[in-house]
Amino acid sequence: MKFKVNNNEVFASTGGRPFDKKKPLIIFVHGSGLTHMTWVLQTRYFAFHGYNALAIDLPGHGLSSGESLKSIEEMADWVHDVIDAVGHKEASLVGHSQGCLVTVECTSRYPDKIKTLSLMGGASAIPMNPELLSLAENNDPKAVDLMMDWAHGPAGHFGGHPVPGLYHINTGTMLAKSRTIQNTLGVDFRACDNYKNGFEAAKKIKCPTLSILATDDKMCPVKEGKKLASLIDGSQVDIIDNCGHMMLLEEADRVLTVLKKFITTNYPPLSS
Amino acid sequence: MTDKKKELKPNTYKFDTLSLHAGYQPHKNAGSRQVPIYQTTSYLFDDVDHAAALFNLERGGHIYSRISNPTVGVLEERVASLEGGTAALATSSGMSAIFLTVMTLCEAGDHLVVSSQLYGGTVNLFRLTLPKFGIKCTFVKPRDTEGFKKAIQKNTKGIFGELVGNPGNEIMNMPEIAKIAHEAGIPLMVDATYQTPYLCKPFEHGADIVIHSLTKWMAGHGSSMAGILVEGGKFDWMQNDKFPTMTKPYEGYHGLSFAEEFGPTAFTMKARAEGMRDFGPCLSPQNAWNVLQGIETLSVRMKKHCSNAEEMVKYLSNHESVAWVSHPSVPDHPDHELAKKLLPNGRGSMIAFGIKGGKDAGVAFINNVKLASHLANVGDTRTLVIHPASGTHSQMDEATLKFAGLSHDMIRLSVGIEDIDDIKNDFEIGFRAARKPRLVSNQ
Repeated sequence: MKFKVNNNEVFASTGGRPFDKKKPLIIFVHGSGLTHMTWVLQTRYFAFHGYNALAIDLPGHGLSSGESLKSIEEMADWVHDVIDAVGHKEASLVGHSQGCLVTVECTSRYPDKIKTLSLMGGASAIPMNPELLSLAENNDPKAVDLMMDWAHGPAGHFGGHPVPGLYHINTGTMLAKSRTIQNTLGVDFRACDNYKNGFEAAKKIKCPTLSILATDDKMCPVKEGKKLASLIDGSQVDIIDNCGHMMLLEEADRVLTVLKKFITTNYPPLSS
Repeated sequence: MTDKKKELKPNTYKFDTLSLHAGYQPHKNAGSRQVPIYQTTSYLFDDVDHAAALFNLERGGHIYSRISNPTVGVLEERVASLEGGTAALATSSGMSAIFLTVMTLCEAGDHLVVSSQLYGGTVNLFRLTLPKFGIKCTFVKPRDTEGFKKAIQKNTKGIFGELVGNPGNEIMNMPEIAKIAHEAGIPLMVDATYQTPYLCKPFEHGADIVIHSLTKWMAGHGSSMAGILVEGGKFDWMQNDKFPTMTKPYEGYHGLSFAEEFGPTAFTMKARAEGMRDFGPCLSPQNAWNVLQGIETLSVRMKKHCSNAEEMVKYLSNHESVAWVSHPSVPDHPDHELAKKLLPNGRGSMIAFGIKGGKDAGVAFINNVKLASHLANVGDTRTLVIHPASGTHSQMDEATLKFAGLSHDMIRLSVGIEDIDDIKNDFEIGFRAARKPRLVSNQ
């Protein structure tokens, strides 16, 4: 579906079901340089089971217009504006990687609106490798290739996509190259590198929170994910073996099972 | 000691490694080092919710082997990885892969621009069968790049061609034709069977969909039929209103828009969800496994195919019984320079040559070679020969043969990986017989 936030058109996948204001809202926030499509193996389930599942394209990403937002704080406010724009009073947030920084910041800023928070491959800070950052800001496609390499665990490098016939790494590469790299990945990486408020923001979070981490995640290692979780009262942690940073694709079923249990328990669907 | 900063390099697996490993994780398959053959029709659902989720494309997995199968899935991922594609869909043959591609792209009333130099079966599909479905085609000679542009109509939905035409070895200028297609907002579909991803990766030159008859060099051993379509993932189906079945809500899946939901894999998802469901040209797991065995040695075999082919080109070019030789490695081949650009790892192992003495000499040659096999296939490990005008392209009339660049003296040679001296010795037997066609035909 398309709607407007701050006069810019926003695209969000609704998981293949019509948007229905009566249903509780879950917003899925993608990682650096990526799009709503990374969530296809999670959103469709929730959309068919009593929720409005909105996998958003951040401004300037995927099918959304406007320019990419330059800081995690701006993105956090923008996610809050999305809730208003679609006519809801509250939402459950799900983030991946950079999306975790955004959703942590958003939850800390708008505690009354965010009912649950699910983090995948999250950490309280994501400092960037300077060379990778420079490549992305200089529009070098090698930045995408490096990101895809590091984002997939050893098993994920062989493929084994849950959807028959799809190949992880090339699909991710196409998503990250679908818009101008420096305007998406470059801006996002800089925003991640600049963000220093994760620890403070995490301490303010009081809603039920879940962290899904992966043993082979090189970008946001388990140690960092646990550190973030330890700052949030009552946070649940689930660790997936033999999986990298792209857990939402590499181990899509496992992620969905954990997410389903957490969200349906803490933020029940509209019963049919 | 100099402290040199190490340059960052992606460590994703390279071609030869992907040929052996892509698409398969042993730890998810009881530790089986070899890809298991999942010889089953269907798959247990955990519960009703799980079944519904699979049918609604809410999660990945298998329902019924007409739609997908784990062994076939490994093959699909492997070929997608080798081509640099986002997704692939394997079918029971190369022809079914072409048919499925067209039926995923087109509706009745649509039009395609098609290269005229194609395998005879493909010509007949486009010329005679697709019009029965309301899909019309305009044929353009592969070297007539401007002709492709001129042939595009308002209802044209794509351009299709074999990168190196069968059997005349004329090469489409893929980068230029891709530009023409993209300026018109339509995809370029390339049958790259002759090349395999070892010789050419069409996505790097602008193609949007790549099709293979896996039966040929990819499987390589003449044992199994299989085909595949691979998606490049770059084509924007939403850029215009030409592809409503990709962009508009699809009734067959609760109003799903394939382009919105699956983006760079939308075409393959639609081809599987709709095409395999409704037409069902599925690949058997046994054949998928056989093709996987072939792919494991693809680069090794292709090197030998190409080196043998270049030797045969030299041999034939200097032979008194040969009127002409067509192979992109020959410097005076009209597409020699283009071939260097598009086929850097070798120019392939398909040779067309004209035998002195015309059709009778050709028949005598084919009837007398002993090592080379006379049959309707290419890309076997063994050397294969055929006389196209009386074999693979025999269902074409005289005018169509001429338009496709076929002559009656033409012999199509698929060079195998036998010892090169043995192939040459065998050809000597054939040529000796060809010089005495009457005596031979009375034997």
